[in-house]
Amino acid sequence: MFKRLRLLLLLTLAALLLPGFAKDAEPVNSDPALEKRVMALAVELRCLVCQNQTIADSHAELAVDLRNQIRTMLQQGQSDDQIRRYMTDRYGDFVLYKPPFKATTALLWVGPPLLLVAALAALFVMLRRRQNASPDAFDPDDDPNDNNDDASPAGNPAR
Amino acid sequence: MSWRYLVPLALFLVLAGFLGFGLNLNPREVPSPLIDKPAPAFRAKLLADPAKTIAKEDLAGKAWILNVWASWCAPCREEHPLWVAYARQSPVPIYGLNYKDQTKAGQAWLQQLGNPYAESLTDPDGRIGIDYGVYGVPETFVIDRAGVIRYKHIGPITADVLRDKIDPLVKRLNASV
Repeated sequence: MFKRLRLLLLLTLAALLLPGFAKDAEPVNSDPALEKRVMALAVELRCLVCQNQTIADSHAELAVDLRNQIRTMLQQGQSDDQIRRYMTDRYGDFVLYKPPFKATTALLWVGPPLLLVAALAALFVMLRRRQNASPDAFDPDDDPNDNNDDASPAGNPAR
Repeated sequence: MSWRYLVPLALFLVLAGFLGFGLNLNPREVPSPLIDKPAPAFRAKLLADPAKTIAKEDLAGKAWILNVWASWCAPCREEHPLWVAYARQSPVPIYGLNYKDQTKAGQAWLQQLGNPYAESLTDPDGRIGIDYGVYGVPETFVIDRAGVIRYKHIGPITADVLRDKIDPLVKRLNASV
């Protein structure tokens, strides 16, 4: 009888202890799906301590804290957008590796394509002009072996 | 000589102008979205007496300075004498936020270097820090009577910043009713 009671007590104790262990292990990989979502968000966010890393890459304390914060918020059932909003409310658009399109970031988004279009247009115009230009527009060819060139000034004494 | 030969030179000058301007910007100074927004609420234990707490509401009605510091933070040590000196003449109270620090270490630090703070709040897990968008200790906030953040400085303050920015601002905030 006493033996059974002791066993029961022991089992109860063990059962009480188990959640304790589970809690300790929680921050890493307790739930692969959750961890995947944490990381998916973390790679979008810039670590402000080491600015060229994402908070997924960085080992800075703040990055660790923010990853934990993302995990907690996901566990509370908040959406990705809510979490992004939470971060930009505190750290500004600068934390987003993909900043939103608005007046202050318009040049950032539109600038490179505009430059490309301008460069292509310039190239096109230049090639067009060359094609339509008369042969006189080009520098004379000074190659002495090139006999086809009549306009060559000093290069061809044989003729 | 045609004007066309000047085009590369002009492009170079424009580029050099942009790069020169960029050199003088500080990439660490990220504009805070919290400026002119209500300061995030908090309730924190006091460093001097962990049995007591202070909340943001307790500080309403007067302007105050919030200086985020930690005993492990070297630049904090650098700016600290400025705060100690300023505390003697400051028209508003200076509150410290002891960020991710140990109580013992924080207390010893103040004892050794002087305590310019009306009180220091503790933020052992950095939660309040996250709410205030803190990423580079030390940081300094100026908060007005209505509890709105009016100014933020990242990194150690200098005598110039204190004299030219913070001091005039707190005087103005303190005077306006």
